[in-house]
Amino acid sequence: MRELSLHVLDALENSVEAGATSIELVIEERLKADTLEIVIRDNGRGMSPEFVRQVLNPFVTTRKTRHVGLGLPLFAAAARRCNGDLRVESEAGVGTTISATFQHSHIDRAPVGDMAGSVMAILLSDRPVDIRYRHTVDDRQFELDTAEVRKELGTVPLSHPDVRGWLQSVLTEGLADLRPPGLL
Amino acid sequence: MPKLKTLDDLKKVRENAEKDLKVRLETGTRIIVGMGTCGIAAGARETMHAILEELQKREIEAHVSTVGCIGMCVREPLVDIEQAGKPRITYGNVKPDMIPRIIEEHLIKGNVVEEWAIGRLATRE
Repeated sequence: MRELSLHVLDALENSVEAGATSIELVIEERLKADTLEIVIRDNGRGMSPEFVRQVLNPFVTTRKTRHVGLGLPLFAAAARRCNGDLRVESEAGVGTTISATFQHSHIDRAPVGDMAGSVMAILLSDRPVDIRYRHTVDDRQFELDTAEVRKELGTVPLSHPDVRGWLQSVLTEGLADLRPPGLL
Repeated sequence: MPKLKTLDDLKKVRENAEKDLKVRLETGTRIIVGMGTCGIAAGARETMHAILEELQKREIEAHVSTVGCIGMCVREPLVDIEQAGKPRITYGNVKPDMIPRIIEEHLIKGNVVEEWAIGRLATRE
């Protein structure tokens, strides 16, 4: 994938497919320590220990429409080629946590990319899901909790064009403030 | 959370949105974008944003949502258009620059863009 945000979108889709109603997304960029960590924690139906062991095998999937599942294997490959790793922890009935680490400065590390676009895409999925998104770059922090936004909105859905516009600008501007110009 | 000022903006957004909410919930058009690994890798996120932009530009009411993979990965990004009383049409390999024509011909004029359509599902009734 060309951007880390696309791997994130893919993992978030998995959470939604697993019936998650609440997802915590944390991206921590530590420039001095030269690490980038992405953690996605959901309250979906989770996986059995046997399935967790196989989940990074591309020839294992729960789908009936095809026989390969490339999402997590691709994410893991992206992390590993940047001196990082991807770990999956899961408990049936409780939820799943995915943590991916990267060497921040690694030449093969794809840019974080359009995180605002990925979060917006997930908020439009058919099943309503809330995302608590925290993104830090050293000591700068951005945070958005769509559950709070939803509470504020009452009966107005997140997919309403005006709300979408508001969310898009909060995300885009908030994330842009995280880094000085010119830094990926 | 966003700054207080933006939360105030959100309250204004809510007040305005509540007024036209009824109309929007009753729209009979659904646009569905495949957002599985295959769709994402093929650019479905950008295609979806192009759809949202075009709908907003032309002030068309339609419900846009995403779904996972349906097994036709080679034709991603896949975009389905479902309208009350009409067959559901699937468009394949939909790039953002194809969106204006699909919206214009399919949604506004009511003609399927045959050269890009790859599937047709009869109405359920």
